[in-house]
Amino acid sequence: MTNKSKSKKKVDRVVIRFTGDSGDGMQLTGSRFTEATAIMGNDLATYPDYPAEIRAPAGSLAGVSSFQIQFSSDNIGTPGDKLDVLVAMNPAALKTNLSDLKTSGIIIANKANYTNKNLKLSGWEFNPLEDDSLRDYRVIALDMTRLVSNAVEDMDLSVKLISRSSNMFALGLVSWMYDRTLDSTINFIKEKFAKRPELVEANIRALKAGYHYGDTIEEFQHVVTVSKAKFKPGVYRNIVGNQALCFGLITAAEKAGLNIYFSGYPITPASDILHILSGYKNFRVKTFQAEDEIAAIMSVIGAVFCGDLGITATSGPGMALKGESLGLAIATELPLVVLNVQRAGPSTGMPTKTEQADLFQALFGRNGESPVVVLAANSPADCFATAFEACRIAIEYMIPVVLLSDAFLAHGSEPWLIPQTKNIPKIRNHLFKKSNGFSPFRREKSTLARQWGIPGTKGLEHRVGGLEKDIETGDVSYDPENHEKMINLRQQKVDIIAKDLPPVDPSGDKSGKVLVVGWGSSFGAIKEAVNRSRKENHTVGHIHLRHLNPFPPNLGETLLKYQNVLVPEMNSGQLLLLLRGKFLIDAKGLNKVQGKPIGVDEVYDNIINLAGA
Amino acid sequence: MSDQQTVTLSKKDFVSDQDVRWCPGCGDYAILSQVQKVFPQFGIPKENFLVVSGIGCSSRFPYYVDTFGFHSIHGRAPALATGAKIANPDLSVWIVTGDGDSMSIGGNHLIHVLRRNFDLNILLFNNQVYGLTKGQYSPTSEIGRISNSSPLGSVDYPFNPPLLALGAGGTFIARSIDREQSHLQGILKEAYMHKGTSFVEIYQNCWVFNDGAFESLTEREMKMETQLILEHGKPMVFGKNKDKGLSLKGSKLQVVKLGKKYSIDDVLIHDEKNKIQGLLLSELSYDKKFPTPLGIIYKEEKPTYETMLYDQIEKSVQSKGKGNLDKLFHDSHTWNV
Repeated sequence: MTNKSKSKKKVDRVVIRFTGDSGDGMQLTGSRFTEATAIMGNDLATYPDYPAEIRAPAGSLAGVSSFQIQFSSDNIGTPGDKLDVLVAMNPAALKTNLSDLKTSGIIIANKANYTNKNLKLSGWEFNPLEDDSLRDYRVIALDMTRLVSNAVEDMDLSVKLISRSSNMFALGLVSWMYDRTLDSTINFIKEKFAKRPELVEANIRALKAGYHYGDTIEEFQHVVTVSKAKFKPGVYRNIVGNQALCFGLITAAEKAGLNIYFSGYPITPASDILHILSGYKNFRVKTFQAEDEIAAIMSVIGAVFCGDLGITATSGPGMALKGESLGLAIATELPLVVLNVQRAGPSTGMPTKTEQADLFQALFGRNGESPVVVLAANSPADCFATAFEACRIAIEYMIPVVLLSDAFLAHGSEPWLIPQTKNIPKIRNHLFKKSNGFSPFRREKSTLARQWGIPGTKGLEHRVGGLEKDIETGDVSYDPENHEKMINLRQQKVDIIAKDLPPVDPSGDKSGKVLVVGWGSSFGAIKEAVNRSRKENHTVGHIHLRHLNPFPPNLGETLLKYQNVLVPEMNSGQLLLLLRGKFLIDAKGLNKVQGKPIGVDEVYDNIINLAGA
Repeated sequence: MSDQQTVTLSKKDFVSDQDVRWCPGCGDYAILSQVQKVFPQFGIPKENFLVVSGIGCSSRFPYYVDTFGFHSIHGRAPALATGAKIANPDLSVWIVTGDGDSMSIGGNHLIHVLRRNFDLNILLFNNQVYGLTKGQYSPTSEIGRISNSSPLGSVDYPFNPPLLALGAGGTFIARSIDREQSHLQGILKEAYMHKGTSFVEIYQNCWVFNDGAFESLTEREMKMETQLILEHGKPMVFGKNKDKGLSLKGSKLQVVKLGKKYSIDDVLIHDEKNKIQGLLLSELSYDKKFPTPLGIIYKEEKPTYETMLYDQIEKSVQSKGKGNLDKLFHDSHTWNV
């Protein structure tokens, strides 16, 4: 299907947000549009946002679900700050999302849902589609439900079914506006509803009706196109953060010659990891849905003691419950990986909203001196590499590792350059296979990793536990000096890892006015903001830390090469405090704790403030 | 789940080089000794045992058994054992726990490990008191217990361990006592033989904080009148002259005196596979009007968790083929640049 009747207009980037009631199918609409966009060869980033309530009251503000995508001919790192197009399937969706729309941006609304009842539910006094409250925008208000109904009138479908297909109409219309093909969505519909041909037919008709509507109406003078982005050569696929984490874990297990044992307790936004891994039984992945967060990590410790690569995943509240067990893993020096997909806290907080306020929890959230390795992924695709790195460190250094992701990365997606698996380096494990020369706390000098002797191996019988151990024999010890030696040793085990880490190498300027130091999902926003400010001739560098404990070896000296250090975080200044404390520099924070990602503009404004000073 | 080769081991093979640090005279010594005696009798290599514990006096146990051991954290032994058993189903896994560890702080893990039916063994050392923290009443202490945390007597109703285990779906529920060494040995062997989660409550005397809690069950003079030794298929009789028995009155148990009014034919036959009977026997735990059942209270065969999990894994490998990373990475729409 091609657009022949209208002229084309090329732009660099477009931001669209599909919004509607939870039951309106906005996540599906967004993900179909994403696939079509990936096929077009644009760079893209997506961000789904949905309510914590599974079925919030229909039409209510609490029930609004959204899916945002930015696609571009440039390399981008975020789903975008301000919207070019807001698809608002009901008045609640319009109410909660309108403030993010650019002036003169496009609103596409399904008039059928702007009923008196829905308007009242969402706090509109008058119908915004009928008065002049939307005068700053281009409003395309259609009765999608009736248009779909016309398209399927010979099919004898229920009103409910027709109304449910209106998301396909919206998808068809937006696909026409941005010159996306419908093929991948049509194939998807055929597969999804294979057993119900009437649904296949209805959805395809709705989709096409939307598409042709764009061609017909006069409101659109032209089709907007976005050229292909320049990518490093290779084979790509689109990937969601939690999926990428799982790919990283499974790759690490294979490269280490170990089987995965995964245990988790369902918690938003980490549950997908349990769902995904439970489908990988043909990789001999063992998954165990535990009775609680504590059982999840404790069972992982049991499995690791028996020679598996042990992994658990959770979010902040679950992380709090795992604290004591993580201490046990530290004391027994066992290689396990704890994934914390962060969400807005404290306590239950806002379970489906993003935040990065668990850094201190990861570093310090246990009793006693209990250092642990902490890593953070910086984009959905980077979840792959960071998960692999977490496993590598755990296995090669015989130490527990915490990997921080967040809700934004977990559900966000972007293109991923599929690696050549044969080029991924092997991971060296410390499984001890001989029957002599074993002592559970005998260490390798270069890594301080202890020997990993597992049950079932003759001659290696030994006992471990949470009581303090003699530094030589591993036997229980209450000796005061031995205790201090063990405290220092456990710290050294973390510190020694820094030796093998690649030094930080700022992107952008290597010295100058401002260095932006970030971690986690703010990567894309910082990258774009730094690029923008450098185009305006400010000297700005960017470091994004994957390794938060230990820090890379030359971090301190690098910070000193800039007049200002800016640390944007979705918390009240956690990395900021670490940098200030550890390196005695007067770093400045950009702190936003609203359950939403940091935007490019905010970072840019802060850079300019510091650069101009 | 490979075939084990037969090996010859003796008790001393399971004695570790660590000094045992329980109070002299503690009932734990007797239990340790019986465990070290029965382990070599199973014919499996000593490296295939794993003893897991939580926190408490009894939880020091793994240090003293010369095989693999894990002294974990309070209440969590069943969870750790679960991961170990899934990682390596060939291991003979033994959880050693106390009444505080398993019934209080680790209650959640206990009920879940029971319902999942892993092939592992739980030894609950029940001394009805918190020993390691110096004498507070425990979840199995009788109501009214005077202790340092209940100077006017506890107002906590106790848990009944076999009843709890039965309710949680346990498939092997038994009771023994530290002082009855041959009985304990027999039960430990039965627990090992059972393919599923075996729950063994062992009454254990803490002479420092709760001395004599089970005196009536262990003193030569009294025990014939207070112990009901359960044997599958045999009538439930007790007493010095085997002149008393349990019979059903309506839906409840009663003690009957054999002689004029009742004969042996009126006495209930112990059927360890009868869950309702198991329930009635479990109910007797704290009832002074009745003898205390010792032996296998209930037993049931059903597939273990690990068997079903590994079945799924093997079937998945068969139907999908051995996992291939490259194939996995390309399992969605891809494009070339």
